[in-house]
Formats: sequence, structure tokens, C-alpha cells
Amino acid sequence: MIVVDKLCKSFNGVEVLNDVSTQFEKGKTNLIIGQSGSGKTVLLKSILGLYSIDSGQIFFEDRSLQKMNNQERSVLRQEMGMVFQGSALFDSMTVEENIMFPMRMLTKKSPEEMLSRANEVIKRVNLINSNKKLPSEISGGMQKRVAIARAIVMNPKYLFCDEPNSGLDPKTSTLIDNLIQEITKEYGITTVINTHDMNSVMEIGEKVLFLENGYKGWEGTNLEVFKTENEAVANFIYSSNLFKKVREVYQKEN
Amino acid sequence: MIILQNIGAYFIMLSKVFVRFTRWSVMKELIIREVDSLIIRSIGIVSFISFFVGGVVAIQTALNLTNPLLPKNLIGFATRQSVILEFAPTFISVIMAGKVGSYITSSIGTMRVTEQIDALKVMGINTYNYLIFPKIIALLFYPFVITISMFLGIIGGYAASIYGGFCSSGDFIEGIQLEFIPYHVSYAFVKTAFFAFILATVPSYHGYFLKGGALEVGKASTTSFVWTSVLIIVTNYIITQLLLTG
Repeated sequence: MIVVDKLCKSFNGVEVLNDVSTQFEKGKTNLIIGQSGSGKTVLLKSILGLYSIDSGQIFFEDRSLQKMNNQERSVLRQEMGMVFQGSALFDSMTVEENIMFPMRMLTKKSPEEMLSRANEVIKRVNLINSNKKLPSEISGGMQKRVAIARAIVMNPKYLFCDEPNSGLDPKTSTLIDNLIQEITKEYGITTVINTHDMNSVMEIGEKVLFLENGYKGWEGTNLEVFKTENEAVANFIYSSNLFKKVREVYQKEN
Repeated sequence: MIILQNIGAYFIMLSKVFVRFTRWSVMKELIIREVDSLIIRSIGIVSFISFFVGGVVAIQTALNLTNPLLPKNLIGFATRQSVILEFAPTFISVIMAGKVGSYITSSIGTMRVTEQIDALKVMGINTYNYLIFPKIIALLFYPFVITISMFLGIIGGYAASIYGGFCSSGDFIEGIQLEFIPYHVSYAFVKTAFFAFILATVPSYHGYFLKGGALEVGKASTTSFVWTSVLIIVTNYIITQLLLTG
């Protein structure tokens, strides 16, 4: 479980996150939603420790990120996996090398053990015949799978995904969403996903945090999000004509 | 004020390069790759430029020796002095600021904009050491490039002098041995060592702290070339003042 307590973050005097408190539960897919510029990525990168925060605390189980020394932070980082928006695969490495990279850097496993583990996760994310290909030689959806494989190869306790289905077609998006949810359940990971894709909210949003201009606007589940009377959340969700229609049908049926 | 901030950030970056080392098995590969990219792949262009500039130095010296009382061996002497003291270490380093410097800035800058540096940080890797240290070590081989440049510059001068009919082979060879001071070679290599460090670290700084997207990668490469060249020229002046005067 990750607990965020009264987190504030500003850049050059401009407040980006203001008094945000929430908790992300273990074994669940926790989604952060909100408009572009609402502070989703800043919240995610603050939790990852990539940004230092102005005030507040972030707890991983009972360990405060702000009170950790460098050694403790190094240990914590080995418990984290991250899927970046653009996949962030290393261009000069093959798919297999990308996935083995965290093990090469952080463990003392033999090359055979690393290859065996890499093949295990490659199989898990359904990547076929791509081991020796460079990231530039595979599709966006496959790159996302490689990024997920690299993120889970160290058996992380915490998985973070920044807009994992941006730039993907709806079918591939759904496959990626389902894959993340399956992995979350299978390994009992605390997964935090940054998204503004409402399909993801419907499909896998077991816990949804809505950010509005750096403030916590609302939180609940994917079942509650479509019934909420919170105006900001409703405006965000029903800005799409598709979801307006879904709401109309839902209201007629009920 | 911004310049002071940049200088401060540059030295803070340097202090972080030499701590929390990447494990040797990985670092070894990174160093080999950088030696290939920064040194081996520069030898061709450096050889080409050195040979022809050496030739031009010899021709220009010959054309300026209009007084028949001046010995022809001065062509070899002037070529040697120009190439060893200034052309090979300084002129080649400015060229390398364009070739190697822009490569370093754009490669690290691209890693920055595509979040590859963030990915390394999330894994708990000291990105300064991982990205910059191999480049510094690779550029320890830079004096090797400068040695080739010195050699080919003089060969170019020799070829131009002989085939251009400006002096005989004996005159040129006598000239390049004339009043040879080994300390000048040491001075050239001291300069080269400083330039190598500048070539590795200044472009790395511009790439690492890049903000923005693809357009900024291009801009950063240009800025990096300008600042690397400026620093090389200023350092050249300071070292020359310190080592060759007084």
C-alpha cells in the first residue's frame, strides 16, 4: 500500500499539487485521472521520488520516502517498476537486453538465470519472436509490452504506469489494460496508473482518484465514478459523446 | 546570473559522476562502446583534415619564404611547430567539439526527452555515473587521436612540399628535426588532456539538463558546440600562458 499524505508540490512558485492525500491499495489497479495539466504526472513522479516535494509525506507500507537515506531509497527503488508514457526503452538494446537490464544492474544473477527470467516475463506479456529485435523494429503496442516486462522482471511490489495506452488503438489499449490488471492480481502488486482514458477507468479502475487543478477532486471506484454527482468529475467523464450516450442508456434502463 | 547557475550545476554534476559507481561488468561494455563512438569513429575525419591542413601549412610557409637567404628547411620547421603546438591539439579539438560534442549532447538529450534517464533513475542507477563516466574514460584515449593528427599533419606537409616542388625531402626532414624541444610535445599533450575533459563533460551537461523536445535537442547540440569551443579556446590561452611563458 502507498499512502500519500498532504502532498504539496510547486514549480517556480506555481502550485501544481495542493494538499493531496490518498492511498493506493495493494493488489488493486489504482487510477489517477484528470485533465491534462491537473498534476497527474507530477503526483506519479513525486511518488517515484523523481521530484522532491515541498511538504507532506509519502509512505510505502510504513516507510516514509522523505525520511529514507540513500541506501533505503536504493532498496525501495528495486521494489518499483515503471512503465513510461513513451515506453522509455533503451534504443541501442534489443528487447531481451532491455528486459534483462534491471537484473544486470541490480542483481548478481548469472547470464543464464537472467535470460531464463527474461524469457519468463516475455512469455507472460505475450511477446513472440521479438527477443533480438530493437525497440525501433517493433510496434507501439509491443513496445508497451516490453516496458511492462522490464517493469515486472524484478518482481516489484509497486508498479507505476504513466498513460500506458496513449497512442495505442482501442483494441491494443484494452489488451494492455487487461495485462496490467492480470499482473497486478497475479503478483499482488500495488499498481498506480495515470490515465485520461475513460475506457481504462471502466475496465480496470478498482480505485479512481480524480485530480482537478492540483487538488484532489474526487475518489471512488469505477462503479461509483459514473454515478457521482461531483460536477467536475461528471464534466470530465461526459465530455465524450460516447459516454454521454452510455449515461443516457444507463439512465433509461434504471 | 544564469551563467553562474550553469557553472554551479556543472560542478555539482561533476561531483555526482564520481560516486555510486555502476557495476564493472556493465561499465566495461559502456566504455568500449564509447571508445568506439568517440575515438575510433573520429580517426577517419581527423586523419583527413590533419593531412590536408598540414599540407596547406607547408605550402603557405613556402610561399611566404620569398627571401632566397632563408633556408628551405624552415618549411619543415614551421609545419612541425604549427602542427604540434596548435593545429593538432587545439584546431582538432574544436572540430571534435562539433563531431563528438554534438553526438554526446544529442544522445544524452534524446535519452532525457524520451524519459530513458528517468527510467534509469527509477531503477536506482546513478545516471551521472552511468552516462558521463564512460565518456570521460573513453576520452582518455583522445591523446592517441591527437598523436595521429600530429603525425599525419607533418606527413601532409612533407607530401605537399615535395610534390609541390617547394623543397627537397632532405630539407623538409632536416627542418622537422631543427631545434626540436620535447617540452613542446608535453605542452601539447597537457592541453589535450584538458580539452578531452571539456569535450566529455560540457556536451554531457548540455544533454543531461535539456528541457523540452526534439527541437531543443538540436538547439542544445548547437549551444553545446559553442560553449565547448569557447572553453577550449580560453583554456588553450590559459595553459599556453602558464606553460610557455615565464
